[in-house]
Amino acid sequence: MPRRNDLSSILIIGSGPIVIGQACEFDYSGTQACRVLKDEGYRVILANSNPATIMTDPDFADRTYIEPLTPEVLEGIIERERPDAVLPTLGGQTGLNLAMDLFRRGKVGVAGTPELIGANAQAIETAENRERFKEAMIEIGLSVPRSGIARDMAEARRVVDEIGLPVIIRPAYILGGRGTGIAASKEEFEHVAANGLAASPIGEILIESSIVGWKEYELEVMRDRSDNCVIICSIENLDAMGVHTGDSITVAPIQTLSDVEYQKMRSAAFACIRRVGVETGGSNVQFAVNPQTGEQVVIEMNPRVSRSSALASKATGFPIAKIAAKLAVGYTLDEIPNDITRKTPASFEPTIDYVVTKIPRWAFEKLPGTSGVLGTQMQSVGEVMAIGRTFTESVQKGLRSLEQGRLGLNADPGEANYAGIGDVELLERCAVPTSERIFHVGEAIRRGLPIQDIHTKCLYDPWFLDQFLAIIEERHSIEANRGADPHDLPKSLWRRAKRHGFSDGQIAHLIGSTEVEVRAARLDSGVRATFKTVDTCSAEFEASTPYHYSSYEDENEVRDSSRERVIILGSGPNRIGQGIEFDYCCVHASFALRDAGFETVMVNCNPETVSTDYDTSDRLYFEPLTYEDVMNVIEAETAASCGHEPKLIVTLGGQTPLKLASQLPAHLVAGTSPDSIDLAEDRERWNVLCASLSIPQPPGGTAVTFDEARAIAWRVGYPVLVRPSYVLGGRAMQIVHDEAALERAMRELARDGSLGREGGLSAERPVLVDRFLEDATEVDVDAVRDHTGEVLIGGVMEHVEEAGVHSGDSACALPPQNLPAWVVEVISSYAISLAHALGVIGLLNVQFAVLGTTVYVIEANPRASRTVPFVAKATGVPLAKVATRVMLGATLADLRAEGLLTAPVTGHVSVKEAVLPFNRFPNVDTALGPEMRSTGEVMGIDTTFGAAFVKAETAAGTILPTEGLVFLSLADKDKPAGLVVAMRLRELGLGIAATSGTADYLSHFGIEVDEIVAKVSEASDMKTTAVGLIEAGRVAFVVNTPRGSGSRSDGQAIRMAANVNRVSSVTTIEAALAAFNGLLEQRGRQVTVRSLQEYHSAVVR
Amino acid sequence: MSGVTQGALVLANGEVFEGEIIGAVPSDGVAAGEVVFNTATTGYQEIVTDPSYAGQIITFTQPHVGNYGVTRLDNEAGRPFARGIVVRELARRHSNWRAEDSLAASLQRWGVPGIAGIDTRRLTRVLRDTGAMAGAFGSAPVAVLRERANREPGTSGVDLVGVVTTDKAYQVGSGRFDVVAYDFGIKSTILSCLSAIATVRVVPASTSADEVLAMKPNGVFLSNGPGDPEMVSEAPDNIRRIIDAGVPLFGICLGHQLLSRTMGARTYKLPFGHHGANHPVRNLASGTVEITSQNHNFCVDTSAIEGLIEVTHINLNDETNEGIRVRDARAFGVQYHPEAGPGPHDSRYLFARFAELMDAR
Repeated sequence: MPRRNDLSSILIIGSGPIVIGQACEFDYSGTQACRVLKDEGYRVILANSNPATIMTDPDFADRTYIEPLTPEVLEGIIERERPDAVLPTLGGQTGLNLAMDLFRRGKVGVAGTPELIGANAQAIETAENRERFKEAMIEIGLSVPRSGIARDMAEARRVVDEIGLPVIIRPAYILGGRGTGIAASKEEFEHVAANGLAASPIGEILIESSIVGWKEYELEVMRDRSDNCVIICSIENLDAMGVHTGDSITVAPIQTLSDVEYQKMRSAAFACIRRVGVETGGSNVQFAVNPQTGEQVVIEMNPRVSRSSALASKATGFPIAKIAAKLAVGYTLDEIPNDITRKTPASFEPTIDYVVTKIPRWAFEKLPGTSGVLGTQMQSVGEVMAIGRTFTESVQKGLRSLEQGRLGLNADPGEANYAGIGDVELLERCAVPTSERIFHVGEAIRRGLPIQDIHTKCLYDPWFLDQFLAIIEERHSIEANRGADPHDLPKSLWRRAKRHGFSDGQIAHLIGSTEVEVRAARLDSGVRATFKTVDTCSAEFEASTPYHYSSYEDENEVRDSSRERVIILGSGPNRIGQGIEFDYCCVHASFALRDAGFETVMVNCNPETVSTDYDTSDRLYFEPLTYEDVMNVIEAETAASCGHEPKLIVTLGGQTPLKLASQLPAHLVAGTSPDSIDLAEDRERWNVLCASLSIPQPPGGTAVTFDEARAIAWRVGYPVLVRPSYVLGGRAMQIVHDEAALERAMRELARDGSLGREGGLSAERPVLVDRFLEDATEVDVDAVRDHTGEVLIGGVMEHVEEAGVHSGDSACALPPQNLPAWVVEVISSYAISLAHALGVIGLLNVQFAVLGTTVYVIEANPRASRTVPFVAKATGVPLAKVATRVMLGATLADLRAEGLLTAPVTGHVSVKEAVLPFNRFPNVDTALGPEMRSTGEVMGIDTTFGAAFVKAETAAGTILPTEGLVFLSLADKDKPAGLVVAMRLRELGLGIAATSGTADYLSHFGIEVDEIVAKVSEASDMKTTAVGLIEAGRVAFVVNTPRGSGSRSDGQAIRMAANVNRVSSVTTIEAALAAFNGLLEQRGRQVTVRSLQEYHSAVVR
Repeated sequence: MSGVTQGALVLANGEVFEGEIIGAVPSDGVAAGEVVFNTATTGYQEIVTDPSYAGQIITFTQPHVGNYGVTRLDNEAGRPFARGIVVRELARRHSNWRAEDSLAASLQRWGVPGIAGIDTRRLTRVLRDTGAMAGAFGSAPVAVLRERANREPGTSGVDLVGVVTTDKAYQVGSGRFDVVAYDFGIKSTILSCLSAIATVRVVPASTSADEVLAMKPNGVFLSNGPGDPEMVSEAPDNIRRIIDAGVPLFGICLGHQLLSRTMGARTYKLPFGHHGANHPVRNLASGTVEITSQNHNFCVDTSAIEGLIEVTHINLNDETNEGIRVRDARAFGVQYHPEAGPGPHDSRYLFARFAELMDAR
């Protein structure tokens, strides 16, 4: 069945901001879908609030709406664009939920409205409604865990009496397992069930007999209109049931199922997708298997592309989203060619001749208050994937890809942390799922503890434990050469060690040498990386797509080419502070260079991204971003072009490639030199530079010890801002108000603290201690300088929150809304002179603080910043592409002549707002600070700041009140502005609740509050406090600004109560002002939607 | 490490692959045969014990082999006829509730030699580009291995069915039909699929049509088997007489090739054959795609017999023939393995189709 010609325009719903459980995998799938549908000649309309995505580039759709993803907004878009169909299956859970909302409102999927393609409302309902799903599975003869549905606590208790403890509780219509938990006791049950009911948007939970400890598997299925079904990838979880699959280490293909069991599972997956009724596209079906009896049960099914399907696509080379988009518009699998072989059809099942390991990355260190224990609710913020010929090679590559200071499965300096742990405790730690568990298991095996005991604790399958044992045995044989000259080691040892995935760094650690020496000795012995190809077919057919991974085998498959090549180093796993924005930059670099005739080579290890799509660049290396692995790629690329060396781009992938820059051959680095990068990072050189340019800086200095830090604090005065060098996202950054806090901060930064794992402190990596500028306005600038010295100011962004809130967590506006024009001019000229002084060729991000009439420079980074995609969307100037071309020698004048660089579009206001993960971490204080904690961002665009800000807040999920009580609790310094907030609330007709202090203050100015509550710390009855008021559901919104220093307990309790009870809150007075000013401005006005294309062509009235 | 015997695999074209010796020690220290590759990721036991691999050395493209052990339930025959296996990594320890033994121990017991640690991807690429070719492996010097590889006759023009077929007839199953199954190297998964519908009398490959017809079967089945169909020279005559007698007939793999040859088709050798569990086949009647299990080096060219037969299935990767139905007769055959074992169960409906044919008689 060929392309459907009855459709001409299609609306794709994106997944919105990056949140835990929904990350850039949906940019990858959405980007593929947009491309495919455009190529097929459809008019593509895209809705997504996330400006950092590739898919929201105006080139990828005919109409791109960067607007809040709410049913109302989508209705507006549908009304305006009148699409023939809506494709909801590529925008994650957000896309599905919105599609169901629109269906219920009668706006899609019913006669006279756009058709739902991919999955219809009935299929979505069958898969997502747990009761219906269970009934459907039983109907087709599949086993499911015993379970029942509850909509209130009484019902929940009846269900649990019936099926017995332990149980798993899963709320309906949630993503990433939010609100999910396990209960083994009555008490736990009461707590977890109540949480689950609250988390479900429809107030419904599934209570399921617990199959914790069973083995967990996933199959990625595709189906077309002719009912052809294929499995794209089979995945085995190393972690048994009980750990969310997004938090599990997973392996592809399945390793420990016999063909008999696998085929049974495969047939069940087909029966499942057919019964649910997903007509076309990809689905993910999860199974649990009892390891003792082989009993198989179906756990759940996602009727859409998912995180796992992104992983499956990268693991096999089969582009699930791309094919799903084609199937949605009528094609069948056999009508679509397999991209990689080009000669065979897509109606087949990929078979792979390597092992893929996915390992999640968590951010617990940024979220004090979390336990770090993994469970059925997903907590990881990113993941890495590694490919090796064997599991041992794959898992060790994966562990070093995480960039958390570990070089593989232990055998590195990081394992010193286990020395103090006794055997008994170590085994107990193996029983607790944490981010460290795999390392604990490795250590337990190294100590020779019985494998059976370890198995009993961690429940890893014995086959996997034996693989770890093989690694440990190899470790012992390497270690037997401790003290030997690496040049004396036999080739057989090198080969065996490398084939088990040992990094040069691990070998250096084990024999007492250095990574550089080990590498040299190994290369001398002739053992070097060979690159194999991911080809969907285990080499049965020739592959036309060069998607490579390293291994230590006989044959290298990299093909020769004589074109000029550029290697782009990607940004590795998503983490807080370094996410999709940098992938956007790397992908743009690749596109720009390809257009300019270069051969592009991407190196990255993040399976969620567009950069690791095999057709983004001319060649893809799915490799860890370490010195060793990147050098291997450089050498392979050099060898494949007759010794002609490639250029390297290190400034677009965030801190990951930047950290490597100083080790890599400097003459290969394109654009800004590694020395300039160092100049900006090295505090002393930087100070000299600023002084020579007469640009003011907050007073400060660098310290390695507490004494040094204290001396600086004495000199500049408290409060001081303490931050380590060479980190992103304000990692471990703190505002310190006194000496005791300074000592704590320094201890945290030293080797035994959480940052120690990332390298600790040294003269090369000191702590920066600066006077903190209270009440200053923070400003960010992104600029590009070419080799002739011309500087382009891409954007000047004014932060909404005051200095002290990390730039990644604060909202910002472009153009600036409150800065006098002359201040903007000063800022621009400072940025330009810094760009000259640093010899920047490419991007430069500078952060300023404006206090009174003084503009201070806080820091400058000659690299892509988090705001580059936002600036590009706001101004229409493709900043990352321009910068990349400039790095490779073009001038801004050239690019203007070429048409790539155009004048920025004005006439509207763009607001970026951060999206924070607090709803997953109820025990974390939601107050913002210098350490970044947001996982993603949204953008609001409109003709005024107020309207744009309200859009940004709505897009970020903040529910701004239209009626009810707003609770105000303000720090003294915020009270004057709070008065204005209170006046706005009155104008909006909203009630005010406050503590007596704030109420007294407001009444001086004639504003009487409606409800005065007791302080949490002073009240005998919590009901009389703000917490009680929130829990009673009487508060519509919370404004709570933390006091500078001292006790935070009151505010903290209020903020956490708001978080747990899903009451939106703001924690800075600036955000409150902006929000209520915006609401007032918007009052009575219809929300208007406009596409980016309209803004960029400046047709806005 | 101790206990490891270094060895090598040498192909007839001179390519050398270094590895470590596993499995049984061959009688003269060298294992030789035609080297083929299989791309399935599960089912190593079924593959090793499949008699169709007689005369061949099987390369597994899946790097980890032996992970879930071995169980008698998954044997495709009483003993393997493969000449050896080539793997990247043999499991040191297996783990699965069904397992009774390890693959390593089973190889010893079965007398199947093997070599591990091989860059199987490089080997597969060589076989893909050059075609399946003779090879030899063992701990002997490379020169010896090369000489043995060169002496190896391959599978064209060799009668391997005679080696694997049963000596005397036997009976399995208790279904409502009586089926006579010609054993050219029959797999037990086929027998269990047939058993579900029939009482199956398995007869040696050389059994004459007279003897078969004398049993008055409801249907006759032509099994899979190793090697070159041209070498099973007495089969077409017997098949012709069974068809003429109006007895429903179903052939799989070699059985399909023999049915096709009976109708006058030519068979030829594919460059490296089809061995795997992911081959897309179009069912021309329904238009749908079946993912199939395949294991054949030889293939049917139907061009000369298009008036006599109807092509029912084709391979979507290379358009080769995957199935025929004889016009004006109750006979059909498929090139692939609808019984799976190992592989997808998409095509098991063909056994029901066979039952329908027998019902219709």
